Amino acid sequence: MATVRIPSPLRRYTNGQSKVQAQGGTINELIQNLEAQYPGIQSKLLDENGNIKRYVNVFLNDEEIRTLQGGDTPVSDRDEVSIIPAMAGGR
Amino acid sequence: MSYITSDQLIARLRREIPEIDVHQLHDLLQKNPDLVLVDVRETDEWAQGRIEGSLHITRGFLELQIETYVPDRDRPVALLCAGGVRSLLAARDLQQMGYRRVVSVAGGFSAWKNAGYPFSTPRMLSEDQRHRYSRHTIMPEVGEEGQLKLLDARVLLIGAGGLGSPAAIYLAAAGVGTIGIVDFDVVDTSNLQRQIIHRLEDVDTPKVESAARAIAQLNPDVKVVGHQTQITSQNAFDIISQYDIVINGSDNFPTRYLVNDACVLLGKPLVDGSIFRFEGQVTVYDTSRGGPCYRCLYPDPPPPGEVPSCAEGGVLGVLPGVIGSLQAAEAIKLILGKGDPLVGRLLLYDALDAEFRTLKVPKNHNCPVCGDHPTVTELIDYQQFCGIPHPEASGNGAHQPAFS
Repeated sequence: MATVRIPSPLRRYTNGQSKVQAQGGTINELIQNLEAQYPGIQSKLLDENGNIKRYVNVFLNDEEIRTLQGGDTPVSDRDEVSIIPAMAGGR
Repeated sequence: MSYITSDQLIARLRREIPEIDVHQLHDLLQKNPDLVLVDVRETDEWAQGRIEGSLHITRGFLELQIETYVPDRDRPVALLCAGGVRSLLAARDLQQMGYRRVVSVAGGFSAWKNAGYPFSTPRMLSEDQRHRYSRHTIMPEVGEEGQLKLLDARVLLIGAGGLGSPAAIYLAAAGVGTIGIVDFDVVDTSNLQRQIIHRLEDVDTPKVESAARAIAQLNPDVKVVGHQTQITSQNAFDIISQYDIVINGSDNFPTRYLVNDACVLLGKPLVDGSIFRFEGQVTVYDTSRGGPCYRCLYPDPPPPGEVPSCAEGGVLGVLPGVIGSLQAAEAIKLILGKGDPLVGRLLLYDALDAEFRTLKVPKNHNCPVCGDHPTVTELIDYQQFCGIPHPEASGNGAHQPAFS
């Protein structure tokens, strides 16, 4: 299973965990598996057409998945997937 | 015990050390870019005039510092002093260290000047400044030249809050000569948990004033320019164009998109930072270096419905200290032109996990503002872009993540 890094705003779905394990051969499958484990999380990542929201970035290791094969990007057990949301806080 | 006089020593060195005259030096400087000209005179002599492009290491520090600047023992080195004697002694020492291609310039700087060749009078730090910045100037990456660059630099801070506070303090301490601060807000007691430039006595004072006072007490070399206003599409170009680098410490999406677009359109590097709870992000958007911008990473803002109220957010007080300090470090690197800036890389810090990570930020060639065919060529209405009808209604101090 791949490791998924959960950002602060989504940790309420993962019982506060910053790292969780998820199964899936691709990013899309991995997100489905996340949803099965942590209901509600998918709607924060995907739009109504099933695409990654444009203010959310998903990285496979240190590469942004839009530069790879998007949701079809293959994921292996040793990979680390990071979800990086836009944050505006500065004060 | 046998001894020799200084005259005998010099006569012997003249036989042993190859010398060139100033005409040959002039010729070599034109033809051989590999040649390192090291001026070993004392600092007060050097201040009177120097050959452009020469490296200044005083005779006393030569053996200790030469390897830092010239690690390659096969590189040709010409040594220069005032009259050509101290450079002979210096050459002997470098030969002993294994420098194989060392020459001494006969007649030294005086002969160069008398021959009518060009020289410049370097700008120098004052005695007070030399002392104040000594931990900077002793590093070859900074030196007096780098410190002068810092003193000449103009950096704009968007916000004198959580990120702006440590950034302002470190930039001021580093001697960044002009620090602009945009902030319309006044200090509130609830700011003091993290906004370390302000104090209890500053409560209800405009943040711009409070920050200017703190900086003045820290370093009189720094000029603070206060912009006590909200940055808008109307004033952004006027304000940002006065500066070399922008540090973003704003607290809302409209300002982040506005500052990004203005920096792209003006070609200014933007040192971006953001914080939420225990996590922070830092990167440098510099499209003039071919890097990505904020819109490459986040093409659209989150809809307002996804943004929680400020009370739900929160931030660990020390977190902006970490992120704002990293922003100051990146700005200083950009000013000095040293190191590898965070262009095209996003640095993440998680205080709970005590981890730093770096991710690659690709440039989006379809980016509406910095892509190959930009559609945003002037500043727009960013409140509308972010779907926010009344920006002021939500108050200040928000730490808005993209998710509710």
